[in-house]
Amino acid sequence: MLAYVLRRLWQTVPTLLGVVLLVFFLFNWVGGDPAYLLAGKISNPQQIESIRRQLGVDQPAYVQLWIFTKQIASGDFGASWATNEQVSEIFATRLGPSLTVLIPLLVIETLLAMAAAMLVAYLRGSLADRLVMIGCTVGQSISILVYIILFQYLLAYRLGWFPVQGWGNSFAENLFTYSLLPVIVGVIVSLAPNTRLYRSFFLDEISQDYVRTARAKGLSEARVLWVHVLRNASIPIITNVMIQLPGLLAGAFLIERFFSIPGIGREVFLAVERSDFPVIKAVTVYVAIATMLSNLLADLLYKAFDPRVQLK
Amino acid sequence: MIQPAGNARAESPGLWALAWRRFRHDRVGLVALDVVLFFVALMAASASGLIASDWSREVGVSHAPPTFMGPERSAPHAAAGPTGASGPARGAEDRDSGVADPLARILAEIRGTNPAASGDTDVVDPLAQVLAQIRGEYSVDTATDTRAPTLIFGADKWGRDVLKKALKGTETSMFVGLTAAALAVLLGTLFGALAGYFGGWIDDVFNWIYSVFTSIPYLLLILAIAAVLNQKGTMTVILILSLTGWTGIFRLIRAEYMKHKTREYVQAADALGASHTRRMFVHILPNVSHVVLVQLSLHVVLFIKSEVVLSFLGFGVGVDTVSWGSMLNEAQSELLIGNWWQLAAATLAMALLVTAFGLLTDALRDALDPKLK
Repeated sequence: MLAYVLRRLWQTVPTLLGVVLLVFFLFNWVGGDPAYLLAGKISNPQQIESIRRQLGVDQPAYVQLWIFTKQIASGDFGASWATNEQVSEIFATRLGPSLTVLIPLLVIETLLAMAAAMLVAYLRGSLADRLVMIGCTVGQSISILVYIILFQYLLAYRLGWFPVQGWGNSFAENLFTYSLLPVIVGVIVSLAPNTRLYRSFFLDEISQDYVRTARAKGLSEARVLWVHVLRNASIPIITNVMIQLPGLLAGAFLIERFFSIPGIGREVFLAVERSDFPVIKAVTVYVAIATMLSNLLADLLYKAFDPRVQLK
Repeated sequence: MIQPAGNARAESPGLWALAWRRFRHDRVGLVALDVVLFFVALMAASASGLIASDWSREVGVSHAPPTFMGPERSAPHAAAGPTGASGPARGAEDRDSGVADPLARILAEIRGTNPAASGDTDVVDPLAQVLAQIRGEYSVDTATDTRAPTLIFGADKWGRDVLKKALKGTETSMFVGLTAAALAVLLGTLFGALAGYFGGWIDDVFNWIYSVFTSIPYLLLILAIAAVLNQKGTMTVILILSLTGWTGIFRLIRAEYMKHKTREYVQAADALGASHTRRMFVHILPNVSHVVLVQLSLHVVLFIKSEVVLSFLGFGVGVDTVSWGSMLNEAQSELLIGNWWQLAAATLAMALLVTAFGLLTDALRDALDPKLK
């Protein structure tokens, strides 16, 4: 087990190296000279030269790459170009709000999608199944933007059930007041695609021989579904959730932007808008690391749920 | 894989003939295909200037409601009339000054409404002369125009026809979706073919690139590239989407090539002296083309959705282009004063196309791969 984890961690090294190279290439060659971006419109050659020296972009590429690698290893990406706040500080303060929205969102959405998927898979081919599937297809075709705009307008602006946007100081206030509507919108948006996906996972299992055997030996339908089928179908579902997890951290930026939640996603959006390269670089590298680790975690969870899985 | 027998006496139907036979019985798939073809026709008509070429002309009063709602009662100047410099356009402009569009004033000037309405006369505008010239040219066109109090699908803030904007937006979004998907499929197929066919170190290199690209979440990668490119435009969006979107296709095609390269027909081609390129693209490619087609259809939908988000955020198509994303952006503030039609038009057009494409993808998959259920 330990040997497996160590080997997997070792295997992520080349990938991580590639991510570092890709990000370095993007921001140092494609992005152009950052000194001009930083100096803005009113600048003279001396200013540009001093900024270049400060950032280290006057050094040869391999020195810059080494500096970047050291930054990643130490977690010290320096200060944001736009706000002069330390990048590590930005991460530390923005992670909390992001998780306050994302964890309830992920838990509620996964449970609901699994319940809906199990139900329609059980009723396969019936009118209810077909209606839910049509609903999912149509629901999926509407842009996430429309959901956010409409729900914010109707439920918060017109009906006043929720605050339109904002963020408070206490955790309880944030969780029970400000993150309610973002969570609802997030659940509705991700419910349709995930129900469709999980339905296919359940369908794969429901027609297996072991299900027939379980029924033949007289088990109740509830036990067949909730114990036999669910346990097997949950394996691909776990992978799906784990793979989604790091992407959500940055991907929830639309929700965070609309509802003014000071999370990682909104920070990414602001950084892109202001060409704040240190922040984008740091987020990209760390989210890539998180992705690799959560893939590993997903494989370990596999083992816990399915004893037949051999880790090699 | 079903191959034609190549036998003159009993010609058995090929893959595509069989797929078409199955597809013909899929009524949902046929309707979806019709809708998609209709949208393609719209795109072609719009691109060639047959329809909606004058989408940027201000034909209605500002915020003109859809025809079935009748003219807006709260606006006293909403009745049709000549648009002078201080006509209905200006009145409407003042009315919605509460919803701040940062560019509204600049746009208002370019469009030729009275500059005095904007109220910042103490700032010397370096472009004043150019603007005056543009205004002069414009006023010839618009002075004799009458503005309609209602339009079929209403008008936006500047009185442009929402229906025409939606049609033009269809062209933009579909063009981006189709071109980016074609490019991504091209890249993914080429890389997948090389990696799967040759194996060895070539496979290792492509797999390494693949794992690097997939370890960065899709949207984050798109935003990072948008940040470094730092320029808007249809071509930029297409590049961003296709350079980030090839990974899934690569993985599938690679697996297909690995499966096919050991088959007898490839060995036979080898024995006949066919080159690697010929074996890869003349012999194997037609046998995996159904995977390519389904992926193409799947990615068009994905890219249209991504383009809408990018354009909404302002990282997408340029300001002189209309897309569903930029329409949604305008609709957001319009909704606050109760004007829902632009939101409805963009949403409807997009939902219709995306649903049809999604159903078409499902139908294609069913028709091309009957083993899959």
